[in-house]
Amino acid sequence: MSLLLFIEQTLNGLQFGVMLFLMAAGLTLVFGVMGLINLAHGSLYMVGAFAAAAVAAATGSFLLALVASFVCAAFAGILIEFFIIRRLYDRDHLDQVLATFALILIFSEGTRWVFGSFPLFLDTPEWLSGTVMLPFGIEYSLYRLAIILVGLIVAAGLFWMIARTRVGIRIRAGENDREMIAVLGVNISLLYTFVFALGAALAGLAGALIGAIQSVQVGMGEPVLILAFVVVVIGGIGSISGAFVGAILVGLTDTLGRTMLPVFFGLFLEPSAATSLGASLSSMSIYLLMIGVLLFRPKGLFGGA
Amino acid sequence: MRKEPVLNMALLIALLAFPLWAWAADEPFLITLTTRAVIFAIAGVGLNFALGFGGLVSFGHAAFFGLGGYVMGVLAFHAQTYTPVLDWPFVINGTKSMPIVWMVAIALSGALAVAIGALSLRTSGVYFIMITLAFAQMLYYFTISWSTYGGEDGLSIYVRNDFPGLNTMDPIQYYAICYVLLLIVLGLVYAISKSAFGLALGASRQNEDRIQAVGQGPFGLYLTAFAISGAITGLAGVLHADLNRFVSPTMFSWHTSGEIMIFVILGGVGRVFGPVAGAVLFIVLEHTLGGLSEFWHIYLGAMLLGVVLFARGGLIGLIAGREVAHD
Repeated sequence: MSLLLFIEQTLNGLQFGVMLFLMAAGLTLVFGVMGLINLAHGSLYMVGAFAAAAVAAATGSFLLALVASFVCAAFAGILIEFFIIRRLYDRDHLDQVLATFALILIFSEGTRWVFGSFPLFLDTPEWLSGTVMLPFGIEYSLYRLAIILVGLIVAAGLFWMIARTRVGIRIRAGENDREMIAVLGVNISLLYTFVFALGAALAGLAGALIGAIQSVQVGMGEPVLILAFVVVVIGGIGSISGAFVGAILVGLTDTLGRTMLPVFFGLFLEPSAATSLGASLSSMSIYLLMIGVLLFRPKGLFGGA
Repeated sequence: MRKEPVLNMALLIALLAFPLWAWAADEPFLITLTTRAVIFAIAGVGLNFALGFGGLVSFGHAAFFGLGGYVMGVLAFHAQTYTPVLDWPFVINGTKSMPIVWMVAIALSGALAVAIGALSLRTSGVYFIMITLAFAQMLYYFTISWSTYGGEDGLSIYVRNDFPGLNTMDPIQYYAICYVLLLIVLGLVYAISKSAFGLALGASRQNEDRIQAVGQGPFGLYLTAFAISGAITGLAGVLHADLNRFVSPTMFSWHTSGEIMIFVILGGVGRVFGPVAGAVLFIVLEHTLGGLSEFWHIYLGAMLLGVVLFARGGLIGLIAGREVAHD
């Protein structure tokens, strides 16, 4: 295992981590402010990716595709919030899990109906393909580097919005005491729709950005959704900083586990056994991480007492 | 007379009459379809015990369903290849005997439920939902990378396991086995729910502080309930694997957990017969809607939304009213 490979994999882990953060941010906000578990968040990720692929195919512009993913996912978010989700805020978690599971079925089959079962392709644009030389002679994919930067910029913007703007103050107030801010004259249902749409838009953007590396297909949101939940739970539900730390932790654990564990077992096991043991342990590693965190901090790393 | 017991009896009689009719009409496919419904019902009854009676929203019951399936798959795999499951420190051979496989599966899934429960019950609410999901996902990925038993492709078994005195490959005889097991499980769950333990469990679901005040720690109650629940779902997993003569990691996937939950909710949470009604309804929907359109999941999703939003007592609640809620 050379140092170069290690650094490259760490960057990959970071890239995966910031994308998970875009997913997890919406989940954790929606949970923190409205108390809702939204399993359909992965469907919004998928909506974003399909919107981007369709727009890219029609116009050939990657930037337009990204804008489309953001707008379409936000729009889908507003739609389901207005018609369905807002009826679930006062329900128990079981009802929420089921209703949003039902939404997944509807979204997945609906997308399959419109776009067919074959994966679509979203190419990385010309000006972002190829590699870039980083200091110390590290060669790294330009597109992945761009994803890391976009992710960090969005994260910074989100932190700024939550900490410094009036909307952010209302969101934080909503997490603490929703009756009180409603009494103070804040239009709570508008705020809820806004928070849901914001989360949806971020998920859609993540879907489009990842869709260009992987393929755009039905069901693409589900593995990411589960990972995003792991992130949210590790970070502590409702905490944006927790989601950020959790996302980076999960991204690094997953990516480094996949490359390091087989090598590590290779030191003292025969190659085939090392590969299979390494593969099974690395796919379990993030869940082990989550269980470990919950055993010591049952409310997550940044969760309130 | 109250409607719910009548409805329950009607359901049991229908589950007896329909396959017999299908048998007489020589429609083995319909028998197999009903067998699936009955097996799903057993899985649902298992989850309902934790979810409905104990209030434990487990989103990871696929772990037990899959474990049951793999117990059957692994034991049968070794029996058909004549290799021991374990040759050290003592020899364990594969087996094709149903009763033995059931016992092993029930014991192992119960033990797994104790382990998962002991860790998960430290948390509550959403964290509980998510940690149970995480355990099931762990097993899912573990079986995918476990190449000895087929990895992602799963494991095919040539013939069904044996049951003394019966030909298990005959659909109606295998159905009889599943139906009798469903009756036993239903009787057991009913008896437990009326026992001192069941009452204490229901009480702690409604008010943990009070049950603690009378000296019944909720942790032990919940853990026992979770273990019983896991063992029942594990048994359903064996039957499902035997029905298809095939096991794969899909049994562990979170869709399976979601579907088992659907049976419980469609039928009615916390009612002994709820999951039976739910599983039957699910199979009927799958069969009829699946025949209408390739995209039947859209209709299933819409129906499920309707039930969650508007019919909160599930199917049985819709027909029989909510009277049992005050039982």
